[in-house]
Amino acid sequence: MSETEKMYSKSHEWIVFSNETTAKIGITDYAQNELGDIVFVNLPEPGNTVTAGKQFADVESVKAVADVYSPVTGVVKAVNEELLEHPEKINQDAEGAWFAEIEQITDKEQFLDKAAYDAFAASEKKE
Amino acid sequence: MDKKTALYDTHVKYGGRIVSFAGWLLPVQYETGVIAEHTAVRTKCGLFDVSHMGEIICEGSSALENLNRLLTNDFTNMYDGRARYSPMCNGEGGVIDDLLVYKMQDDRYFIVVNAANRDKDFAWMKAHENPGTVFTDVSDNFAQLALQGPRAHDILSRLADAPSIPQKYYTCVERGIVAEIPCIVSKTGYTGEDGYELYTAPARAAELWEALMEAGKPDGLVPCGLGARDTLRLEAAMPLYGHEMDDTVTPLEAGLDFAVKMEKADFIGKEALVRKGPPERMRIGLVADGRGIMRENERVYAGDEEIGRTTSGTYAPYLKKAVAMALVKKSSIQAAELAVDVRGTRVPAHVVPLPFYKHA
Repeated sequence: MSETEKMYSKSHEWIVFSNETTAKIGITDYAQNELGDIVFVNLPEPGNTVTAGKQFADVESVKAVADVYSPVTGVVKAVNEELLEHPEKINQDAEGAWFAEIEQITDKEQFLDKAAYDAFAASEKKE
Repeated sequence: MDKKTALYDTHVKYGGRIVSFAGWLLPVQYETGVIAEHTAVRTKCGLFDVSHMGEIICEGSSALENLNRLLTNDFTNMYDGRARYSPMCNGEGGVIDDLLVYKMQDDRYFIVVNAANRDKDFAWMKAHENPGTVFTDVSDNFAQLALQGPRAHDILSRLADAPSIPQKYYTCVERGIVAEIPCIVSKTGYTGEDGYELYTAPARAAELWEALMEAGKPDGLVPCGLGARDTLRLEAAMPLYGHEMDDTVTPLEAGLDFAVKMEKADFIGKEALVRKGPPERMRIGLVADGRGIMRENERVYAGDEEIGRTTSGTYAPYLKKAVAMALVKKSSIQAAELAVDVRGTRVPAHVVPLPFYKHA
């Protein structure tokens, strides 16, 4: 099965499935822009269990720390270790800078397609 | 309801990301971001709107006497145009605010206070006003721009003649002209770099901002927000009210001894400082050895003993290290290995002399 279309959560993560139970996740361009310069990222370890709607990583900008939520329940297959050394990649290319690959996915959040997510993010921005 | 500075529309025009700070709407950063703004100030130049700061005039025949009683520093023997930093203490020796006093002439001083403390400070000053002295809150008459960085002098020189530019650090020219706009031009700042602070009428502030931005183009001048202001002052280990000190912290604990003249006849808080004796806590600088960014109000440990809290912490963009200042028990810092509890994880850290950064 080829990669599915990228989908988005209301907590500003993106997800791309490579098969029905495996997916890569990251944070959206909107999220990186809101955070500002990201200087630090904490990622889970391969083998860790993550839970849909629960924190699985965090990112720190110069000014603040933000939790990153997992949009799925599953097991961490791999993490993008490049981000540990180069967290600025998240600012440069948020939608390419995956945080983790999750396998054995058993549960997932409600996802939005790109158009619906963009509208949602725009409404958040106005508040 | 948050107030807008005279430069609010200018910030929006320049892409400033507006936040609420101390009752004011100010840019936390512009489009390029905190790190780029911070780096510009260290290597080129940055322009800040600091119009939220409060200004108070102290004047009258007993003005000097009044200031010496109210503030911990000594204002005797200042020449006109000299600036001096001072804490202002309550009766218990806690810090009400830290401020800057310019002597304009023998019976007239210009005081710059923190935005969040403006009303508290002014009420305290009025309550301790001597006969023959009048304190007046003139904050609404002034906008303030800070031009900071190694190129600041070159940029200012394109808009001002030599007599309008103060030469020595911590001095000002009261009647300066910059880009044909009357300004108090002060060689001061809150970034750890050389630079100037310009006080002008709010009605002329936007015009002054644009003139500086234009004159600074060849030097790479960038507008800077509150985010970079905070990381710059932290890297330079300059204290921030509400962080390194407050009403419950004495200036001696905060490491501000240089601005506390105990040999002076008397000042509010002196008796308490004498009574309390040498401080048991002190301000230290920490650099993280482990992964993690220390933030404010995190627990500091020497071995298993909690010895205090961090007062400010960030990722220092120029040094590229996680740094923090902390207020800790003096007796414990040599002892064991230090660590800071960063959101549940003990991050090892070591003490370094302050400031973290000092310009060449």
